[in-house]
Amino acid sequence: MLLTSAVISGLGLGSMYGLIALGFHVTYVVSNTVNFSQGSAMMLGAVLGYTFAVTLGWPLPLAAITALAACALVGALIERTLVRPFAERGSNAWLMATVAGGIVLDNLVLFTFGKEPRGFPSVLAMKPVQIFGAGVYPLQLVIPVAGIAIAILLQVVFSRTRLGKALLAVVQNPDAAKLMGINVRLAVTVSFMISTALAGLAGLLIAPLFSVHSDMGTLFGIKAFAVAILGGITSASGVMLAGLAYGLIEALVTAFLGSVYTQIVVFSVVILALAFMPNGLLGRAAVNKV
Amino acid sequence: MPLKMPFVRPLAALGLTALFAAAPVQAQETVKLGLVAAMSGQSAKSGEAIVRGLSLAIDEINAKGGVLGKKVELLVRDDESNPAKGVLAARELVQREKVAALFGGLDTPVSIAIVPFANQAKVPFMGVWAAGTPITQNGAAENYVFRVSAVDDLVDVALVDYAIKKYGAKKPGLILINNPWGESNEKGLKAALAAKNLPYVGIEKFETNDVDVVPQLSRLKQAGSDVLLLVANVAPSAQVVKSLDRMGWEVPIVSHWGPSGGRFTELAGPSAAKVHFIQTFSFSGNSSPKAAAVLDALKKKYPEIKSLADVTPAVGIANAYDAMHLTALALAKAGSTDGPKVREGFYGIDKYEGLIKTYQKPFTPTNQDALAASDYLFTYFKGDEILPLTN
Repeated sequence: MLLTSAVISGLGLGSMYGLIALGFHVTYVVSNTVNFSQGSAMMLGAVLGYTFAVTLGWPLPLAAITALAACALVGALIERTLVRPFAERGSNAWLMATVAGGIVLDNLVLFTFGKEPRGFPSVLAMKPVQIFGAGVYPLQLVIPVAGIAIAILLQVVFSRTRLGKALLAVVQNPDAAKLMGINVRLAVTVSFMISTALAGLAGLLIAPLFSVHSDMGTLFGIKAFAVAILGGITSASGVMLAGLAYGLIEALVTAFLGSVYTQIVVFSVVILALAFMPNGLLGRAAVNKV
Repeated sequence: MPLKMPFVRPLAALGLTALFAAAPVQAQETVKLGLVAAMSGQSAKSGEAIVRGLSLAIDEINAKGGVLGKKVELLVRDDESNPAKGVLAARELVQREKVAALFGGLDTPVSIAIVPFANQAKVPFMGVWAAGTPITQNGAAENYVFRVSAVDDLVDVALVDYAIKKYGAKKPGLILINNPWGESNEKGLKAALAAKNLPYVGIEKFETNDVDVVPQLSRLKQAGSDVLLLVANVAPSAQVVKSLDRMGWEVPIVSHWGPSGGRFTELAGPSAAKVHFIQTFSFSGNSSPKAAAVLDALKKKYPEIKSLADVTPAVGIANAYDAMHLTALALAKAGSTDGPKVREGFYGIDKYEGLIKTYQKPFTPTNQDALAASDYLFTYFKGDEILPLTN
């Protein structure tokens, strides 16, 4: 009973981390940069979804699609204003710029949405179903399925399709890619749009299990980055796998050792894993070109 | 706590200060009193409730001629739930505005930061919400801190008593938020349980942003808990209720007053009603004529209050209302706004028929808390309204 419920909790949580971490993966493989405001993008997905679906009463599919489109737009904006100006000069300041952008976003939402946490109702999170004696909401099963499906999709797109290969060419040699007629800037922008939309999707999926408020994404963003590194940020399936592993360890440690030890054990495992597998679970070794 | 942009909230505070500064100030003709509370951010509603309670009492006092022959005037400062900002605001109110007394807000850390300053400046500091035990029990030789609110240590005793009396608890489990408030109650609950010779079967902590509390709760269930003692703010408390729902574990929950701080029913779903939590006051089911009169006056003064759900939680209003009247009595006893005399004035109050209860000698140098465990009541949420439990 303790084991099954911990495993199910862990897989549910883990796939949420994985979904946000996939956003780090997408921008990294295309541009070698990441958006550190992924947690805020997740929050934005939930807050916009709530505003459209609950406050304005739109039908859920329309609300979800609009919220995700808005998240993608924010992603484009982040890339254009917080990443590109620095990355094109060879500066690493995009790192701090995206962190700052996330804080600005959190506070904008704080003032417009309000600080009072709100509940996002969902038919998928009303009646728990029993699996091996542990109760779960149907939504908790949807999240891992969505996460794994998206990871596989990304893997296929990047390795099998023209579009994916074009995107990967951008990071290997931007100049050569440009000569081959690939619109490098557009490719990077698109990767950021996909990235924030993935985080927004995670936010929409998590909202009914959680509450909607302006700093709901902060902790998720941090854990998701640890997951992305742990999985080897260059591999979509590695990232998703690391997410599931992270969630599982977290839930198992809490269940069997107690919640006091959770963060200590989990982050020690992250450090150890990186010490023994510097490229993450399924990552490629970084090639230093001289 | 997550990082926050430091410049946005001060702007709001500035706007607020300007608003209050715009009120006509009659120099020398008023007795100034200061409030340092959260007027913006997550706890902004608590600040609003306190202002309403204080203002209503001030209207009544001024209608009867004020105190010391002068009208009473309230100066409000926003602490943004930030201890450093709270101390700064308290300093400004005392040193520049020369307030005769300070009132505090919801946040225990802010109040604890103001306590040493109040004792040093010899200005009475009246707590109306924050329940941290060391606020009034601060160890100062001359203690200027008084309170009309719950006290964590007493709440913990009341929670344990309730769990035993109502549910016959034999194996209580503790589920606490992982922050200083949870920590202080962990000590209080352990002491209260030890006093009853009742061993606990487990203590579990969880984070404000934990989505799934099932692993922690499963441990408590495995250990055989027959009652859960809960200490957490409204959103994390809701996560506990939702996790219990998923587990299908029907266990009684006895809680500190965290759930009263927001839209608990919306966040936790129908099972929200199963949580029994402590309050110092409730308008609902209150038959005293004073409560009815105060509620009517509130509705008249603040037209946005339409139903009982709009004065939720009522503790902020009620505590502030009684605290203001008690402070006015202390000022009258002192015959001056001089801090040490006002402090003696508080000890000199004999009887006051208040909103929460009739106070008899509410303050003594050894007990600066006007409310005792016997004044607490247990309540639950029915929809958006907090109702008292009769038993």
